[in-house]
Amino acid sequence: MSEGHSTYTPKTGIERWLDARMPLPRLIYDSFVAYPVPRNLNYAWTFGGILSIMLVSQILTGIVLAMHYTADTTLAFDSVEKIMRDVNSGWLLRYLHSNGASFFFVAVYIHIFRGLYYGSYKAPRELLWILGCIIYLLMMATGFMGYVLPWGQMSFWGATVITGFFSAIPLVGNWIQELLLGGFAVDNPTLNRFFALHYLLPFMIAGVVVLHVWALHVVGQSNPTGIEVKSKTDTVAFTPYATIKDAFGMIVFLFFFAYFVFYLPNYLGHPDNYTIADPLKTPAHIVPEWYFLPFYAILRAITFNIGPINSKLGGVLCMFGAIVMLFLVPWLDTSKVRSAVYRPWYKLFFWLFVADAVLLGWLGSQPAEGSYVFMAQMATLFYFAFFLVALPVLGLIETPRRLPNSITEAVLEKNKGGGHHPAGATAAPETKG
Amino acid sequence: MSATDTQDPNRRDFLYVATGMAAVVGAGAVAWPFIDQMRPDASTLALASVEVDVASLTPGMSLIVKWRGKPVVVRNRTEQEMKDGEAVNLAELKDPIARNANLPADAPATDANRTMPGKEAWMVMVQVCTHLGCIPLGQEGDFGGWFCPCHGSVYDTAGRIRQGPAPENMAVPVFKFISDTKILIG
Repeated sequence: MSEGHSTYTPKTGIERWLDARMPLPRLIYDSFVAYPVPRNLNYAWTFGGILSIMLVSQILTGIVLAMHYTADTTLAFDSVEKIMRDVNSGWLLRYLHSNGASFFFVAVYIHIFRGLYYGSYKAPRELLWILGCIIYLLMMATGFMGYVLPWGQMSFWGATVITGFFSAIPLVGNWIQELLLGGFAVDNPTLNRFFALHYLLPFMIAGVVVLHVWALHVVGQSNPTGIEVKSKTDTVAFTPYATIKDAFGMIVFLFFFAYFVFYLPNYLGHPDNYTIADPLKTPAHIVPEWYFLPFYAILRAITFNIGPINSKLGGVLCMFGAIVMLFLVPWLDTSKVRSAVYRPWYKLFFWLFVADAVLLGWLGSQPAEGSYVFMAQMATLFYFAFFLVALPVLGLIETPRRLPNSITEAVLEKNKGGGHHPAGATAAPETKG
Repeated sequence: MSATDTQDPNRRDFLYVATGMAAVVGAGAVAWPFIDQMRPDASTLALASVEVDVASLTPGMSLIVKWRGKPVVVRNRTEQEMKDGEAVNLAELKDPIARNANLPADAPATDANRTMPGKEAWMVMVQVCTHLGCIPLGQEGDFGGWFCPCHGSVYDTAGRIRQGPAPENMAVPVFKFISDTKILIG
């Protein structure tokens, strides 16, 4: 789509001078002004933009917090309290940063589920999808290390449990774990390196985001019908149509974000993290941040040995396997139709999968005992069955609904059938997805 | 030898390969310090031994000391706890190895092998769950031993894994009684 000719014409002398030397204005114009987007994009497509502003927000608040934070086990906890009480506006910046991490994950989960629902990962967008998965992995590493920095009880024991995953690896596991910790247990060397890496990784995320957007602009955006853009009538210009729609999506999203920052700033955290880390006492009930809970439930669901693989290694393999599934989705899905709109059975399984992921998240927050363990095992089974059975098999046996010939036809058909739309609304065709 | 010599393999091929090899070895030599610096440093490795006075521990009491950054429990077990530990059929154990640093690596996990000869009442053990490193709670769980609140591993009165995801019995560190009431750990 972006392979078309550039329509940028430099107007002023400065623009012509720049265009002949380093055509940055042309790149921006072609990418964010004239860039054609499918006319039927719905609000699910605004989360890419929302994620970019969350990344910028996290980097900005993070840099200023680093100016007041001390990465030393004897001082870290107090320095965070100092930010909360003494530093001017420190409470706001810290709550923006800690809740910002949560809302970053809210947005990324909606973004991922949107991709799964509309089949956005299918050829030629496999690499685009995989770059997104890499960003998600980097986000998880960053979020985890950031949670360690306040040096509360959950910081310490979360770090102990998560670095403990690596000790499950046969032969070299303990060596790798000591390499990560810089000792035999989580301690000052661990805190220091986590701080250094927590500062580095967001910039690596920004780098992969550039690749992600580059890949997006080569293959073009997917859309709710899953049909490729065929003619000029299928698209509208990025500016003003997508720009305004994205901006509105951001404002609504930031409204929810602000509500949490100002009225429920600790709702998504854990009270135990306001207790200073104690290496000799594990809290009664360890839970990771909410955005890791589904994977945590999968980890704990494996309580039995599988042949030569013991339950510990099995749990860790299943947990990482749950993320590997996402990387494989482009090749696991055998259907020729992209969008779930035209796939009745896939649509059903998709929503079951969403329910399963939410259920796993809830189970991850519950103690690992009694019937919770069995429920987590069943939910884990469904999680893997969705990827390894439902995705390949449904594509072969399902009869999809009739696809429209083009995006334009889909939009016009929908508008014709919907008598409830106000007549004047056709002036904004892109909202009719 | 002239510069136009094209015999196969010629001098130039050798130089290419030799240069490439030197570059690989050089890159490795530069990369290693970056990995090496992450390993436990000298102050962490300095193996401090801990001396524990256990005179005040009557049967049924425990104390915890910090050794190598990890908690080590010293427990004076009750008669009942020892009986429970001895009554276990070794075939039922998830991990049949003693995991006692004072014994050969393949010693079976009998109650006696989890302790010191003549001092069977005393459990000295790194109180760290072998699953993912949490600190189990003492005298909890279905076997009257330890229970890990993180992921539900249950240990018996000799610190052997009985239920849950942990793969191994809790580790017994190197230790010795230097007198009737003093233990040296490490």
